[in-house]
Amino acid sequence: MSTPPPPQQAPQHAPATPPPHVPPPHQQGQPPVQPGQAPGQQPPQVPGPGQQQSGPGYSSPIPVVTTHLGHAIASEWTKIRTVRSTVWTLALTVLLTVGIGLAFAAALSAEDYVGMPLLAGGFFGLMFGQLCVITLGVLVITSEYGTGMIRTTLTACPQRSRVLIAKALVFFVLAFSVTLLATGLTALIHSSMLSDQVVPSYDYDDPYMEGSIENGEVVATGGHWLGATVGASLYVALLGLLALSVGTLLRHSAGAITTMLGVVLVPLLVALFMVGESLRDFRDKLIEYSPLNGLASLFRIPMIGETATGWPMLGLLAGVTAAAMIAALARLTTSDV
Amino acid sequence: MIEATGLTKSFGSKTAVYNLTFRVQPGKVTGFLGPNGAGKSTTMRMILGLDTPSNGTVTIGGYQYRQLPNAPRQVGALLDANAKHGGRSARSHLLCLAQLSGIPARRVDEVLDVVGLTQVAGKRSKGFSLGMGQRLGIAAALLGDPQVLLFDEPVNGLDPEGIRWVRELMRRLAGEGRTVFVSSHLMSEMAQTADHLIVIGRGQLMADLPVRAFIEQNSTGFARVRTPDGEEEQRETLVRALTEDGGQVLAEPEGTLKVTGLELPRISELAHRVDVRLWELSPHHASLEEAYMRMTQGAVDFRSTADQRAGLQGPPQPPYGGYQEPVVGIGPPQPGGYPPPQPGWGAPPPGAPVPAGPPVVPHQATPPAPYRPEDAR
Repeated sequence: MSTPPPPQQAPQHAPATPPPHVPPPHQQGQPPVQPGQAPGQQPPQVPGPGQQQSGPGYSSPIPVVTTHLGHAIASEWTKIRTVRSTVWTLALTVLLTVGIGLAFAAALSAEDYVGMPLLAGGFFGLMFGQLCVITLGVLVITSEYGTGMIRTTLTACPQRSRVLIAKALVFFVLAFSVTLLATGLTALIHSSMLSDQVVPSYDYDDPYMEGSIENGEVVATGGHWLGATVGASLYVALLGLLALSVGTLLRHSAGAITTMLGVVLVPLLVALFMVGESLRDFRDKLIEYSPLNGLASLFRIPMIGETATGWPMLGLLAGVTAAAMIAALARLTTSDV
Repeated sequence: MIEATGLTKSFGSKTAVYNLTFRVQPGKVTGFLGPNGAGKSTTMRMILGLDTPSNGTVTIGGYQYRQLPNAPRQVGALLDANAKHGGRSARSHLLCLAQLSGIPARRVDEVLDVVGLTQVAGKRSKGFSLGMGQRLGIAAALLGDPQVLLFDEPVNGLDPEGIRWVRELMRRLAGEGRTVFVSSHLMSEMAQTADHLIVIGRGQLMADLPVRAFIEQNSTGFARVRTPDGEEEQRETLVRALTEDGGQVLAEPEGTLKVTGLELPRISELAHRVDVRLWELSPHHASLEEAYMRMTQGAVDFRSTADQRAGLQGPPQPPYGGYQEPVVGIGPPQPGGYPPPQPGWGAPPPGAPVPAGPPVVPHQATPPAPYRPEDAR
């Protein structure tokens, strides 16, 4: 017994990197243990509900359900409602939008004439509120990468695109609903507090006020309402979805949030400092296509082009977001996590 | 059953896993051993389809993970204890996984009970200790009541009680006919838990053998014999006598002799017969951890060097010797793989306390020694 045993199982070491070839050590000549037959001892005691050994290996008594997108949606809904960042960002969205809208209305209602369409004031609050939605959109995915939760998720659901689609749907519906609530409230406040403004006759021809004046008073048409509530909410929710895609591409919270802030704010900031006459055309394009201008247009206060309604910009944003989403799906399904 | 064939993963120019071929059988606990950075986690991630192999394949029950029907009901995994959102409660964490896998929500409370986290189920997992995090991870792995279970370092951060619990859980799961694949860097832990061992170092397969075979190959003991200092003839006489009687003798640098193949009483008798006095005759036991470290020593990625404290000390001292490692950072592995224990290997460093083996009386009387992990830590 005290003699050293023969080196029966000494596998070859291969030289250091790069290893040319390692012959795999021969399988130990040991018959495979029959499934269900424990090499050890204990009778199967069970960590779950009554289970028993059967056929090949082990089979669970819990019925197997073939999973589909609905399961992933339920799961993502649980995920999004059980973290505090969701509550904080969405509460802040409503608070900023409605609060600033209210302050705006309160400050102006004493005056006779504001000089802009009835619901336009909602833009100022939503300009800040949208940043919270963007942050949430990024966090929905990057918090999974940051914590490692993504590996747990993708182990539970190897159909990766299903996970991202469910996430996007749940987030989009939630972001849209909450923003609609905020913009709807703001629009109601503005229409009730600012509706009796009398338009001075010299302003009847102001192209910005086209459609807003009826019998010498400022009114909001159905198109105005739609743009300031549904349109603006869709716009902000799409920005959030774009943020989610960027988060999936970059996999890093701070990086993705910064990128999105850049996308939203930088075009306008750059345009601000383009003073030369030769740059005029370029500057106008920058302003026209800046995301903030799209949102402002939905409130009928476009920064350029007096009659812009913002809907074409919404369509453009939808296209950009769809492209980003496809890129995000490609990255998620093909690269390692 | 998990089956890997020529599994290779490179990250840029670094090869994390190279040409791994192994099979993990159901009904057994299979230990997956290797030093930090050996490629254990990368292999686990490839098994779960999280990383795509650069070459080769790995399948579970014949399917690649991402093609596996009802994957979460067939395979459960604990990857690392932190793979969860800290802001979510334990129950919500498990609930969202259950929903994703089409598992009834009441199963969540069952697994919470199994891992003993029912009391803190409503608390945010951010505040969990490492041990509680491990338990939550194990709960997630058990959620689908799967046939194949993967655990990456499950005992990290657990207290002795928790370690025993994990050990028993694994044995029980394997006893039910499941495939249990557990990675660890502690040989001692695996010697107690696993039936079969797969050892890797620097991403390559070093051994694939039953635990029992590993223990038998590596747990032979030896006797340390010391003859009176300065009396070389006595020593030589004894060496001759011992060798003639079939013992293997190796002179150690401190002047002691390391004897294998002879029992202690026999050594004493032989010494008496040739009239040699003995200053020391002590039983020693090689530890499995040492055998394992020898096996992987050429394959350790992160190696510490002695803290020189340059300028603060006098003349250089001989470095504190651990295993006789080459100083080269990543030297080539020892030629010939790990040799069977021969006289002379595993010698404790000069001046280091003799590893306290179990109090063996005649050293050979206890084949596969009751191995105590406490000794190795």
